[in-house]
Amino acid sequence: MTADAPIPLDADRATQLAAEFGLKPEEYDRVLGILGRVPSLTELGLFSVMWSEHCSYKSSRVWLRELPTRAPWVIQGPGENAGVIDIGEGLAAVFKMESHNHPSFIEPYQGAATGVGGILRDVFTMGARPIANLNALRFGDPAVPRMQRIIDGVVRGIGGYGNCVGVPTVGGEVNFHPAFDGNPLVNAMTVGIARSDRIFTAAATGTGNPVVYVGSKTGRDGIHGATMASAEFSADSEEKRPTVQIGDPFAEKLLIEACLELMATDAIVAIQDMGAAGLTSSSVEMAGKGGMGIDLVLDAVPQRETGMTAYEMMLSESQERMLMILKPGREAAAEAIFTKWELDFAVIGRLTDTGRIVIRHRGAVEADIPLAPLESEAPLYRRPTAETPKQPVIDAAAVPDPLGITAALERLVACPDLCSRRWIWDQYDSMVGGQTARRPGAADAAVVRIEDHRRALAMTTDCTPRYCQADPEEGGRQAVAEAWRNLTAVGARPLAITDNMNFGNPEKPEIMGQFAAAVRGMASACLALDFPVVSGNVSLYNETEGRAILPTPAIGGVGVLEDVVQAVGLALPAGCDLVLVGETHGWLGQSLWLREVAGREEGAPPPVDLAAERRNGDFVRTRILAGEVRACHDCADGGLLVTVAEMAMAGGIGATLAAPPPGIPPHAWWFGEDQSRYVLALPDAAPLLAAARAAGVPALRLGRSGGGALVLPPGESISVGALSAAHEATLPALMMGD
Amino acid sequence: MKAGIVVFPGTNRERDMALALARVTGRRPDMLWHRDADLPPGLDLVVLAGGFSYGDYLRCGAMAARSPIMRAVRTHAARGGHVLGVCNGFQILCEAGMLPGALLRNASLRFLSMDCHMRVERADTPFTHRFQRGAVFRATMAHGDGNYFADAATLDRLEGEGLVALRYTTPDGQATEAANRNGAARGIAGILSPSLRVLGLMPHPENQVDPEIDGTDGLPLFESLAGSFAAAA
Repeated sequence: MTADAPIPLDADRATQLAAEFGLKPEEYDRVLGILGRVPSLTELGLFSVMWSEHCSYKSSRVWLRELPTRAPWVIQGPGENAGVIDIGEGLAAVFKMESHNHPSFIEPYQGAATGVGGILRDVFTMGARPIANLNALRFGDPAVPRMQRIIDGVVRGIGGYGNCVGVPTVGGEVNFHPAFDGNPLVNAMTVGIARSDRIFTAAATGTGNPVVYVGSKTGRDGIHGATMASAEFSADSEEKRPTVQIGDPFAEKLLIEACLELMATDAIVAIQDMGAAGLTSSSVEMAGKGGMGIDLVLDAVPQRETGMTAYEMMLSESQERMLMILKPGREAAAEAIFTKWELDFAVIGRLTDTGRIVIRHRGAVEADIPLAPLESEAPLYRRPTAETPKQPVIDAAAVPDPLGITAALERLVACPDLCSRRWIWDQYDSMVGGQTARRPGAADAAVVRIEDHRRALAMTTDCTPRYCQADPEEGGRQAVAEAWRNLTAVGARPLAITDNMNFGNPEKPEIMGQFAAAVRGMASACLALDFPVVSGNVSLYNETEGRAILPTPAIGGVGVLEDVVQAVGLALPAGCDLVLVGETHGWLGQSLWLREVAGREEGAPPPVDLAAERRNGDFVRTRILAGEVRACHDCADGGLLVTVAEMAMAGGIGATLAAPPPGIPPHAWWFGEDQSRYVLALPDAAPLLAAARAAGVPALRLGRSGGGALVLPPGESISVGALSAAHEATLPALMMGD
Repeated sequence: MKAGIVVFPGTNRERDMALALARVTGRRPDMLWHRDADLPPGLDLVVLAGGFSYGDYLRCGAMAARSPIMRAVRTHAARGGHVLGVCNGFQILCEAGMLPGALLRNASLRFLSMDCHMRVERADTPFTHRFQRGAVFRATMAHGDGNYFADAATLDRLEGEGLVALRYTTPDGQATEAANRNGAARGIAGILSPSLRVLGLMPHPENQVDPEIDGTDGLPLFESLAGSFAAAA
């Protein structure tokens, strides 16, 4: 062997290491076939991360193909760093959601912080200035001290990173369920704005073009993070802490400004952030997408530690780094920008026409791999699936009401899944940027105006994991429909979604069955609502000691308002009629009332009738845009009365409500979680009810706002102040120990 | 009014501030780079905007206070120029010795992002003359280190010389403990230099200047500034 070829590992040692790196025996055989020899250590590391579940989507890809990804307004669908949609006036919205579940469990603060950092880079890599962050969080039982520490760390981590980079955190969602005790979910979403004719992608072109490394230095943190994220947890997961990366939001802020400054020139051919699997995945994907080869000389990589090996540098997941291909001769101009922002800049290689990745370090070739088979022969599994057994539909008439309506309401608004999230969002800067028109808690979706435009984006994240557990197909459908509904409820035209698929071990047929069914349900809603998927992320193996999470296909939705002043919030004004749009049967299966009041977690979840969803939503949006509606809130968790109570608490105004129609038990009327419904507040219901009749949309007058209490027939009443006190007390009381 | 906003590495509310200033002056302020040793000529107002200069990895504002442009800012103030420091900018002014005291970690030890209310303690300054004395206005607060601290003698001097510009209160103007979320000494939200030409405050009035976004509670502060210089010109 000479220094011109990689030095293979000892064959037995390589077999053993391949297993330790998470390669299955048949996958390792493919490595041997592609190379025609035993790999070097660096090569083996490279194969194992590229073929990890996290990077290769080997278990999920066959199913994800079923999702609709096209619409006339889609500029870039899945497959790039983020999705891109046309929002008019020459502008594009660039967005994606991504999980950082495994790192956040091991090290909550850094895990969550670097999750935010990673998704920000995915968005500004495409040429967009990030304008908003959201996060979808699922935690275990919040009464358990260990979980409180995780909640606290995750919230501090998200705030610590987002606040420092100066991107407002404007929305998101939180659920609690013991199924997340050993595996909380941290899904972070970023939305950015770019000119639609200035979108940057990862496909590298131009033999001889310089490969440029910018950002922070490379250290030994996060080595094999992608592999860790592709395995279940066991009792010794604490030992995996060194695989979690450390975030530096200050460096990220500089990187955003420097990249956007360089992107305003025409120096960049292609750009990709170094996320999971760091330098390996960025270099392999950029060269692979462009059909090129790539030569890297690792001696030039800016290093934070001494004596780093090629293997360590290629697998490091140090944060706040980007890889770019520049046009020839632009290095000096680009370097000046990065020097101005006090960031590292180094030419670390060249594009070649060999179709191979060749890695050199200290004069020796450490890896030499053909790129095409790395992708074309990547494992792809159609794993066996088992259908989730259907649960029976619960007959509301057969479920007695043990508590009464107002007492149940007071309990529900204070339960962890429905209580105020103020304790969380009070730690996130939601206003920086000066464009946040609807901040957390003010509306069903956050509304952020685009600087120097009338236009605004609405954004939301949604999923109801307990529905998905009971019926993954209905749950997947519901998650997409609810995102569409929340955007509609502020008056926005829903445009597209990003999905973050969080599931257990795909090697178990029941888990893979959940995944396949959820995708089926999501696809049906995407099609019916013209709401395509433009980006996404899959997180599998969310299990600890064999216990899986509730399946959670979290949906991040984005919509547009042509004028920010059209947006409506949910706060109830005085002197308004309340109108319920949509049909109510009193569906108690999987409702929070059934769980929190009757103590039963069972039944089929509420089905979504997609035709009714579209009809009701289009009707509501038309009325909002006509300027008739003062407040709007969709009926979601907790049902109709919780919806009205949330509006009342936000506005500090009560309401007098009409009696339920005959034939529905009152508790089912008030707390059933029937889908596709909205509560609207407007000065006079009559014209809207007439319009609804004409449009074939079910609508009825629910009551009238005013006073300081919710008054229910036959004369029960509860003060809005008392509800608010209960609603606000829960999280601070739980988290006081920190 | 000719205004300039200093951009340090990690400054992140310079765009918000530029929008607020443009709203009252009709033109975008200059962006000033931290490494420059000189300010552009003819500047009426220098703004140190919010953010996390140098990541705030050392004491907040400590690094920025020692950057080249701060010498020029100090000279500008000494020559009678006006300086507004908001949030990180207030921290930098304290670290630079241009205002007394320091901003400690919030009493709750948490980052606080929420609305607060402030009472205008002095309405005869270049920053506040469009308010009524005792008026209360709402502003966004977003900081981890906003707990104003100074020794008792300094606090007494500030109070005695009328240099406390803004104090945290309830919406109806009561200076209660609950209204003072970060635990600041004597509920102090903002202080003035003896010349009344340097103001530092923790909350962000620049986020309340647009009726379409979050109301215009903060606008009088910027109108005061614009008015001061329109009258002078």
